Amino acid sequence: MSHAATAHHTSTGLDNRKIAFWTFIGSECLLFGSLIATYLVYEGRSVAGPTTHEILNIPLTTISTFDLLMSSLAMVLALAAVHRGDKVWARVWLATTAGLGTIFLGFQVYEFQHFVHEGLGFTTNLFGSTFFTLTGFHGAHVLVGVLWLTTLLVRSFQGKLGPDKALNVEIAGLYWHFVDVVWIVIFTVVYLIQTTPLPTA
Amino acid sequence: MATTAVPHAPAAPAAPRGLWSWITTTDHKRIGVLYGVSAFIFFLIGGLEALVMRLQLGAPGASVVSAEFYNQLFTMHGTTMVFLAIMPLSAAFFNFIIPLQIGARDVAFPRLNAFSYWVFLLGALFMNASFLVGPLFGADALSVAPNGGWFGYANLTSPQYSPGPNIDFWVLGLQILGVASLAAGFNFITTIINMRAPGMSLMRMPVFTWMSFVTQFLIITAFPVITIGLVFLMFDRLFGTTFYNVAAGGDVLLWQHLFWLFGHPEVYILILPAMGIVSEVLPTFSRKPLFGYAVVVYSGVLIGIVGWGVWAHHMFSTGLGPIADSVFSASTMLIAVPTGVKIFNWIATMWGGRLEFRTPMLFAIGFISMFIIGGLSGVMHSSPPADLQQTDTYFVVAHFHYVLFGGALLGLFAGIYYWWPKVFGRTLREGPGKWHFWLMLLGMNLTFFPMHFSGLLGMPRRIYTYGADLGLDTFNLISTIGALLTGVGLLVFMYNVWASRSQPAAGKNPWNAATLEWAIASPPPVYNFAVLPTVSSRLPLWTEGGATPIPDTPPEPVHVPGGSYWPLVTALGIVIMAIGALMHRALVPSLLTGIAGAAVVVVGIYRWAFEPFEV
Amino acid sequence: MAHRRLPAAVSWASLAILAAPLLVVACSGDPYPQSTLHPTSDTGTSIDVLYRQIFWWAVVVFVVVQSLLIYTLIRYRNRPGAAEPKPIHGNTLVEITWTLAPAVIIVFIAVPTIQTIFKVAGDPPPGAVQVEVIGHQWWWEYRYPELGVVTANELHLPQGRPVALAITSADVIHSFWAPKLSGKRDAQPGRQTRLVFTPDSVGTYLGQCAEFCGESHANMRLRVIVEPAAEFDAWAARQAGPPVPTDSTQALIVAGEEAYKRIRQPGNHSCIACHTMAGVSGGVLGPNLSHVGSRTTIASGILANDSAGLARWLKNAPGEKPGSLMPKIALTDDEVAALVAYLRGKQ
Repeated sequence: MSHAATAHHTSTGLDNRKIAFWTFIGSECLLFGSLIATYLVYEGRSVAGPTTHEILNIPLTTISTFDLLMSSLAMVLALAAVHRGDKVWARVWLATTAGLGTIFLGFQVYEFQHFVHEGLGFTTNLFGSTFFTLTGFHGAHVLVGVLWLTTLLVRSFQGKLGPDKALNVEIAGLYWHFVDVVWIVIFTVVYLIQTTPLPTA
Repeated sequence: MATTAVPHAPAAPAAPRGLWSWITTTDHKRIGVLYGVSAFIFFLIGGLEALVMRLQLGAPGASVVSAEFYNQLFTMHGTTMVFLAIMPLSAAFFNFIIPLQIGARDVAFPRLNAFSYWVFLLGALFMNASFLVGPLFGADALSVAPNGGWFGYANLTSPQYSPGPNIDFWVLGLQILGVASLAAGFNFITTIINMRAPGMSLMRMPVFTWMSFVTQFLIITAFPVITIGLVFLMFDRLFGTTFYNVAAGGDVLLWQHLFWLFGHPEVYILILPAMGIVSEVLPTFSRKPLFGYAVVVYSGVLIGIVGWGVWAHHMFSTGLGPIADSVFSASTMLIAVPTGVKIFNWIATMWGGRLEFRTPMLFAIGFISMFIIGGLSGVMHSSPPADLQQTDTYFVVAHFHYVLFGGALLGLFAGIYYWWPKVFGRTLREGPGKWHFWLMLLGMNLTFFPMHFSGLLGMPRRIYTYGADLGLDTFNLISTIGALLTGVGLLVFMYNVWASRSQPAAGKNPWNAATLEWAIASPPPVYNFAVLPTVSSRLPLWTEGGATPIPDTPPEPVHVPGGSYWPLVTALGIVIMAIGALMHRALVPSLLTGIAGAAVVVVGIYRWAFEPFEV
Repeated sequence: MAHRRLPAAVSWASLAILAAPLLVVACSGDPYPQSTLHPTSDTGTSIDVLYRQIFWWAVVVFVVVQSLLIYTLIRYRNRPGAAEPKPIHGNTLVEITWTLAPAVIIVFIAVPTIQTIFKVAGDPPPGAVQVEVIGHQWWWEYRYPELGVVTANELHLPQGRPVALAITSADVIHSFWAPKLSGKRDAQPGRQTRLVFTPDSVGTYLGQCAEFCGESHANMRLRVIVEPAAEFDAWAARQAGPPVPTDSTQALIVAGEEAYKRIRQPGNHSCIACHTMAGVSGGVLGPNLSHVGSRTTIASGILANDSAGLARWLKNAPGEKPGSLMPKIALTDDEVAALVAYLRGKQ
């Protein structure tokens, strides 16, 4: 069997994988939307146990948020480097993105174990259940992203990440930026806009 | 027309024959057949569950089955019919027909397509295995199948009120099935957006492809919502979280909102493909184009969009308050309008035509007639005060069986008879086909029409028996007889399949239809089109020059991707993870199994990503 | 007013068409005791009036559309010599017409719907009988807080007075449904829902739980007894008072009281652990038995409250009601006879 043509006709001029991935992101919006909506519905309804004011550490989480934002910048730079065939900087920026993502996960792990130490576990109350499920899902997505980026890094070292493979990096970037945007929403809704009534003096 | 460069890579040689070729297939046509056969087997299982239920309800106070087993039967009947019969039967058509109708050689991601099928099959087997594996959980056989209803309301499904593994099977099984549907959704959306033949604009696509397109968007937006609802339930059951725990401040209505936010789009997922099929069959056997193509398409899109705004009409008895009741009542009534418009357009298609009452046409007409009845009882439900008497009674059972059996299923049978020659090369026989239709139509009406009465006369749903003092005996007896008759009709269909093996070859276009799939051989060659046509009409085969000629053999060799077993391996990994979760009462074996399953998934994905495979 | 008579005429006509069996047996007692089509309260009637309006619109649409379909099938079937059909692709005017016509009919359904929603959801008038309805797996508990009454299985109401039911659940979601009196309302743990209606006729009205609630959902029956106001007041006064004292001259009843209090092994089974008998026991898992003898049924309506029914229930509750939380208790026949006498005495 040989090829009829090396080029495939498409109706839009876009690669199938890019279209599929945007569709996937649309679906993920509903996934995180349901988690965030549940968090909001249950905010302030815990019957016992620690709630937002007592336990969330906004300064610390601001740092981890900044870290994640910077990782998105690194991702953009990584894609640019792949496009122009710059192997060295492609590897530097891919590693940086994955590294900053790992640091974010480190902050999450620290925060989770600190909360448990302070008496807020997964099953303690509604806040625990909704908070850990929402941020846990997000963290799992970050972890998948870190593994993905690491794979791309390895491929780069194998010499298999030239400009012709830029779409792979672009789609990984799409995923990474989406996960970052979801975090911005979570940070805003959970940490910054706390609607749980403050305990009366 | 735009092109993108695709790098060369040697393809694994495809094994065209034998069991292995089916296990590793990535050909949309074979995957379609796999879906169709599997869906039909599960349809028979679901039908058997219904027959046993009807035998139990044939007389008051019967003891054909115990209360506990009956509750498993009605749960599995609903779950099976929705997720393991109607949806995969629709998927069979998505798979086989969509690429042919848009002039493509396959779907966008053939291995993802195979993955969807294997995940579906394994998920279906996982859930049905619950009927057999009771002893593994220290219980009797036939006692651990899901038993909380297909809608699994919290907090009956909580660990406190459902301590056994029944609900675990349900929660995990549905999540597995969700993965299959989502993957297929991404695949078909990309295929329809990006792989249409030159000249096939969106408004030249056949209506079946259009309705399937809308369906895929409903799938990818609705399934994440129920996934989250199920995740909450799973966490409550496995880890002791408090999502549906009232004592901890949780709200049982959260489950209902999440479920029905999925559940209402789900019913449009069930009906739109069948509506698409009917929109193909009617013009062919009326010898006339579809009346109001654009209106029919836009109505389908509108139904999909407005369908997101009606979910709480399943919750009118929960005390939402008069304002919410009014809003959802209004949106539900609103959605009747585009639905009615489609019915009128179908009738107008036949008006002035030259009608051939072949079997596909009989089923399509049956769809219209039965859907009118189901739609009208739906309008009755849309009024909350009236619905307070109707909801949770056999009146609702009548309503949704008219739209799902009389609607979706009859429409799907229209598709089966219509496209059978394209798939298998021979038509099904007309004689048994007509018997099948009339037996099924009569049986269906005998079964479900009396339920309008038994419901309004006070028979609630989901009861294994009823009082002899309620006057419901005759209605129930008639329903039971109808169910048996329907079963006979189904046997006639199965006979027809067997007896049609010796039919003469059907040729490319036995019905003289208008759309692209009828321009190629029956069954199609593995590459579908020897040369991809350029299309200039919505009805390419009915229009002079509507499509450029397609030779019988390709002028130069066509590349066909090989098979792959990594989709099956990855699917297996997912089910192994689910089995690990099922074992959660034994912590260490459960963790080990779950981790092993995850490892299989990761290995499967990596090998899949890096194997040489070219579309 | 003319439109007031119309619904009655409509209701008789639709009865005749809807259910011939109804006509045949309508004269011989109530053949359909749980029917939604013969309401006996103001709320029930509002719902019924609305339903019949929608029903007749549905009949009109059904007849028009099915006739159009059948006519089309007959007129345009293929016959020898039939002309080649003209390829008509659409007609804008026709599309607009058959979009607007159903929309107009919808308006005729929507307006009375919304009016009825608000009418039926209104606050109870002052002086309404307040009842708390609590669903359990698989029985109904009724509390009248203003009257000091706690009972089960049967809901007594006075004829002609408004009723406000405050409905909740002690475990899973149930649904309170007495079709002749009103539509149903779900009973949810952690929430309270409401039904308001005024029963207009004396009688006994059957119903049952209408939300799947586990193994014996089908066995969770209920009955509502609407009686003249004076009889209701007398009933409430008796129920609020102490149980009929155990007659110490009746040996069987005395033995029954002893059997009631006895703790049995294996399993530590005893009546007192789960039931309240004022002055004797304070259990809250099962129905209050202080006046159990005054009820017409037991086990939430699946057994008659006579010697035979009581005996069957006492001997094997799970056998009568699969999954019942009341276990099978090892009772001798003598104990059963004694308990039956004791409980039947608690009027």
